Formats: sequence, structure tokens, C-alpha cells
Amino acid sequence: MNQIVEKVLFSEKVAKFVVDAPRIAKSRKPGHFVILRVDEKGERIPLTIAGADPVKGTIVLVVQKMGVSSAKLFELEVGDSILDLVGPLGKATHIHQAGTVLACGGGVGVAPMLPIVEGFKKAGNRVISIIAARNKDLIILEDEIRQWSDETIVMTDDGSYGTKGLVTAGAEMIIQREKVNECIAIGPAVMMKFTSLLTKKYEIPTQASLNAIMVDGTGMCGACRVSVGGNTYFTCIDGPEFDAHQIDFDELIMRLGGYSNEEKLAYERYV
Amino acid sequence: MSTNKEYIQIEREKEWRVELRKTIANKERTAKERVRMPEMDPQERIKYQDREVNIGLSADQAQGEATRCLDCANPTCIEGCPVSINIPKFVKYIEAGKFLDAAKTLKETSALPAVCGRVCPQEKQCEASCFYTQKMKKDPVAIGHLERFAADYERESGFMSVPEVAPANGIKIAAIGSGPASLSFAGDMIKLGYDVTVFEALHEIGGVLKYGIPEFRLPNKIVDVELDNLQKMGVKFVRNFIVGKTASFDDLKEEGFEAFFVASGAGLPRFMNIPGENYNGILSSNEYLTRVNLMNAAKDEFDTPVIKGKTVAVIGGGNTAMDSVRTAKRLGAERAIIVYRRSRAEMPARVEEVHHAEEEGIEFINLANPIEYFADEKGKVNRMRVQRMGLGEPDASGRRRPIVLEGSEYDIPVDLVVVAVGVSPNPLIPSEVKELKVSKWGTIEVTEETMQSSIPEMFAGGDIVRGGATVILAMGDGRKAAANMDEYLQKKLKK
Repeated sequence: MNQIVEKVLFSEKVAKFVVDAPRIAKSRKPGHFVILRVDEKGERIPLTIAGADPVKGTIVLVVQKMGVSSAKLFELEVGDSILDLVGPLGKATHIHQAGTVLACGGGVGVAPMLPIVEGFKKAGNRVISIIAARNKDLIILEDEIRQWSDETIVMTDDGSYGTKGLVTAGAEMIIQREKVNECIAIGPAVMMKFTSLLTKKYEIPTQASLNAIMVDGTGMCGACRVSVGGNTYFTCIDGPEFDAHQIDFDELIMRLGGYSNEEKLAYERYV
Repeated sequence: MSTNKEYIQIEREKEWRVELRKTIANKERTAKERVRMPEMDPQERIKYQDREVNIGLSADQAQGEATRCLDCANPTCIEGCPVSINIPKFVKYIEAGKFLDAAKTLKETSALPAVCGRVCPQEKQCEASCFYTQKMKKDPVAIGHLERFAADYERESGFMSVPEVAPANGIKIAAIGSGPASLSFAGDMIKLGYDVTVFEALHEIGGVLKYGIPEFRLPNKIVDVELDNLQKMGVKFVRNFIVGKTASFDDLKEEGFEAFFVASGAGLPRFMNIPGENYNGILSSNEYLTRVNLMNAAKDEFDTPVIKGKTVAVIGGGNTAMDSVRTAKRLGAERAIIVYRRSRAEMPARVEEVHHAEEEGIEFINLANPIEYFADEKGKVNRMRVQRMGLGEPDASGRRRPIVLEGSEYDIPVDLVVVAVGVSPNPLIPSEVKELKVSKWGTIEVTEETMQSSIPEMFAGGDIVRGGATVILAMGDGRKAAANMDEYLQKKLKK
């Protein structure tokens, strides 16, 4: 059993959990994810790991309340346990010396971006981070991102905090100002799509971390199929990060809605 | 080993067997008709995902069927069994009314008798090698039904025997994956006194027995009883643990594990790579069956969703295709269709499963192959285009090769498509252990006689070696790997 040792509410709908998982804390690398099941009736859901403390044996997960499963997880308190937790899954981020790295995070995507930003910084890169959200309440982990970034730009859709505008506006400003060697995009699929279109225009290699629907997370089911460069890949074992310029984002967005009717009904039952 | 010819002869010459043979003349035995497995009514059973189709033999039926067995001097049936069950011995115990002894006999060599009695393709194995089939051209003794009877009788009696286990030798070994190959391996190794831990990636033990085979063919509670039995023998089960990811092989060696049996299965579904295949409502049989079997998605109180199609097409002609299409029927499909590129005669599915599917009103569109899918404005599949096929010369599998009939395309309206065209080996372990020799298909290469891989302390078996086979062949691999790993470890320790 994986006990929750700390819970921090970032907003009404977003919380950070520090979970006891000593094996995973030791073996995980930036970019890895876990699959968890809250209780006996629960769904298996993937969550990218937002950090770990191998000494304390804990990992960090950031959850946004969206459907039944995330709501169930969100309601857990310190001392409660997550029934099943397995990982680390997926391929780790290829962290290397690239030069200047532009990291674009949207919404809760900033959480899995944090260890990647830290990794690139420690590898000797100049790291510029843009963290974006709809409004001020949804901006998370700003201090932590700042700690590992040479420069951090905050963007909000409504201008309630930082600069008003979408993540792409901030990114374009940086790209026009200085040479960017590599870009990372993590967040909602639409945000990654437009970030990718932007960096493609400037021919900057870009990795996007995908949040496909999964069941087992080990390659067994194929629910997480994604088209990259015209070929089908499984996000769980071939990803979760892919060359953003090759990803068929429209298909990804369509597939993310694959169970929307069923999910809606389940949520109504739950509430 | 308890299965050699000498032992089988000694058992056969025991007084009770000799006496039993004399009680009824062979002529009388062979005059009997093979028993028919009682089944639940098709119209009734399609209402339930979790009620077994086969009901099981009564004690009278079982004894009657056991009487047909001639207790041959040269029991060829045993050679047809991948785990070498002493078939005449257990069948004769049934004839003698000693049902618990029959069950005990099964457990001498099989870790999962109640499972095998249900899902083994006996018609291709023990029953194909039966004297009746071979020499008399008659229906074989219903060995599978009898196996199931003995195992079920024991479980329901409340007198479950736990096989004897050798004194602990303190040597730690690991099995990776918890499907039939691993369970069979674990059963044999624990009997030999090893300290056995089974690591499973999912949250449930059982592998394909749990996520794949539906409950109407193999109830989960039957699997659980067999798992419980292994646990009583001392096997340790660790869930939510991916060897190579959660901890590396080196980590486990440091923790004292001396050898590994890799049986991580063929958990990578194949798709056909045709246009539109990534539309919503098109999924692998693995995904469909896992949602329903492992995650209980068809039940409202469980959170995992499943799409319940009104017109469901299942692509493929194997057992998994049958399991999927019959599941769709049970989840309320008005039309549940098998679309298979060859003809009925080439279908790899068990005859029994095809027969059951037909009884349940499954439609068969044979000699047809999908070539494209179409979707509505939301990306949900609503139509598939199939192409008619003909049959050409036999291919490498000995089955006639399907050939495209040009200009024969037509459309079928569908709202759910399940692709059951086979699986590939799961790449997780091969990709984590660079020194491990892997074939071009991604299967782990082993020495056939020993199941030993290119890494001496690593053995492998089941679908990760075979690419996609049956429960019983996986179990046979598990047994073979156990015997050879034991030999390897004992030799190593003497040095």
C-alpha cells in the first residue's frame, strides 16, 4: 500500500500528493509515469511523476480533478493509501547538453515538467521556462520551476497573473530574442499542438509528453495509440515523449475524447 | 521425475488398477458413447458475462465416461499432454469413485488442473493421442471433462489437498509474470524446496487467465482457488511490480535472487495498419477483454468504462476473437460478427468455442478482410469496408492462403470494432536487459531442451518465447524450465 504522507492544495481542483513508494522513488527518472488505482472499483490511470525523494522513499504526483478517478484520488488525505501504484513506466526523457532549452508547461503539465527542467539545468543547459494557465489560481510550482530555470515567464489567459496571453506568445517572444536549441512542451493536447506548430516554424527540435488514455501502461492494451510520422506507436512503452513535429495532435485530441460519453455518465453517477 | 515410463508402469500394475480393469470387458467399455458436456441454454447464458457455459459432469456421468478408458498398457494420451499428467491413473481413480485421489494425481504435475480442464485444447493434445482416436477412429475419452470434474469435485468438497513440498533449501528464485507459465514453474520449484517469488505488473495475479479469458469460460474464482493453493505451498506473490523497471535484475540479484524465469507473455497487440484504424471505437481484443474481465467495466459500480456497441465486428478467427465476440453479445450487441479472412476450416479457434459462438447467435463473415474504417464527425467509427477473399495454395502454416478478390469491396455499418489478429511479445524485459538474445520477432531465444536464455541464470517460457500459444504449452514450458533451472542451480552450488 502506498500511503499519502503529504497533501498540498494548489487550488480548488489541483493538489500535490507526496506518496510513499520507495522502489519507484529510487528507480524513476524525469519523464517517467506511474499507473495507479485508488480503490477496488477504481480505474487504472496514468500520472507523470513530478518529483521524488529516494532517501525518504517518496514520489510526488500532481492531480487535477476532472473525472471520477481523479476526483477519488483528489479526496484522499494524509494517512490514506492508494490501493495500487506501479511504475516507473515509459521511457525517460533524453536529457543531454543541448544549449538553450525552452520548457513550455501548461496547467498541471507544469508538474511533470519540473523534473525535466531540473534535469536539463543540472546537465549544464541554459533553461528558460514558460508556465501558463487559464488564470492565477491554476499557476502551480512557480518557485520550484524558478529554482531550476535561468528565466521563468508566467502567462495567464485572462491576465490575472504574469503576462496576459497563451503560452505560444511567450515562447515566440523568447525564440525571436535568442537562439533556442531545443523545446519541451507538456500540457493539454491543444496547448502542445500550437506550441509544436510554432517551434516547427522556427525549426526548433521539440519533445511533447503525451497524456493518452491507458489501461495497463505496459504495452498490453494499445488504448494509447498515437500517430507519429505516419506510424502508430504506443504512448506507454514508446513514449510518453515524442518528436512533437511528427505527432498527429488532431488524432490525439480525438482519441482523448474516446470515452467522453461513458466518462460523463460515470461522473454523474459518482456525484 | 514422477512421469517416467517406469513409474507409469508401476502405478498401472498396482492391485486396484489390475482389479478395476477386470471388472468390465473392453468390448463393453468401447461400446459406450462419449459423454456430452451439459451446457447452459444459449439464450439464457448470453445474458450473463460471468456464468459458465459448460456446467460440468455429474459424478455418474464422470464415472461412466471414465469406464470408457481402457487403461492402455502404452498410454499414448500422456505423451499428448505438455505437463505429462498421469492420465490413466486419474481417470481410473474416477472410475473407482475415488475422486479426491484423482484430483491429487492431477496435482502431481499440474499447478492448475481446474483451469486446464476448462481451457486446454484437449482435442489437439491428450484426446488426439487417445487410443480411441488413434486406433479405433472413435470419439476419444473425454479427458478434459474428466480433469475438470476431478478438480471441481475436490474444490467443492472442502478437502483441498496441498501437494507435499520438500524442505526449504533457502535458494531465492523469481518468476516474472504471473500467467500459466509462471504459475506452473512456481508450483514445481516450490515442491523442490526453493524460495519462490512471483512478480506481476498488474494489480491481479493470473496474467491472461484473469485479464484475457472471460469468466463465461473460466471464472475468476476458479483461478483464485488455484492461486490460493500455490500460496499455501509457500509461493510468494508480489503485485504492481515490473522487473526491469520498478527494480532492475541487478537490484534483485543484490537482494539474493539466484535465478529468474521470465514469462512476461505476449502482451503487445497487433493491429492491421489500415486507414482509419485509430478512430475511436476500434480497439484491440486485449484492451476490450482487459476492460471487461480485469477491470469489470461492464458493471456500473466499477469506474472503468467500456463501449457497448450495438453492431460489433471482431476481426480474427482465434480463441481470443471468439472470446471478444461472445463478450460483445453478452454486453448487449444486437449484431456480433466475426470477420475472418479465411474460411471456417482454417479457423485457429477451438471447435468447441466456434460451436458455442454459433449457438449464441454470433454471425460469421468468413473470407472477408477489413481494408478501411470510416467515422462520424467526432471520430467514432461507424462503418468498415471489407474485401472478399478467396483461398489459394497452403502457406507455411499448412492452411490455405487467403487471396484478395479485386473489386469485391463492400461496407458494413459498425459502432465497435475489436481487432483480434494476434499479439507480439511484450518488449519490456528484452528492452531492459541488453545482453539478452532476442529473435527478430522479439521473442526471447532459449535452448529448446532447457528453456535457458543467453544469460545462464535467466530462463524463459510461455508466449514471450513462443510468440502466442496456449495456456497448456506455457505450463509445459514452466515445468521444463523448473526442472532445468533446478539442475543448473544444484550444479552451480556444488562447485
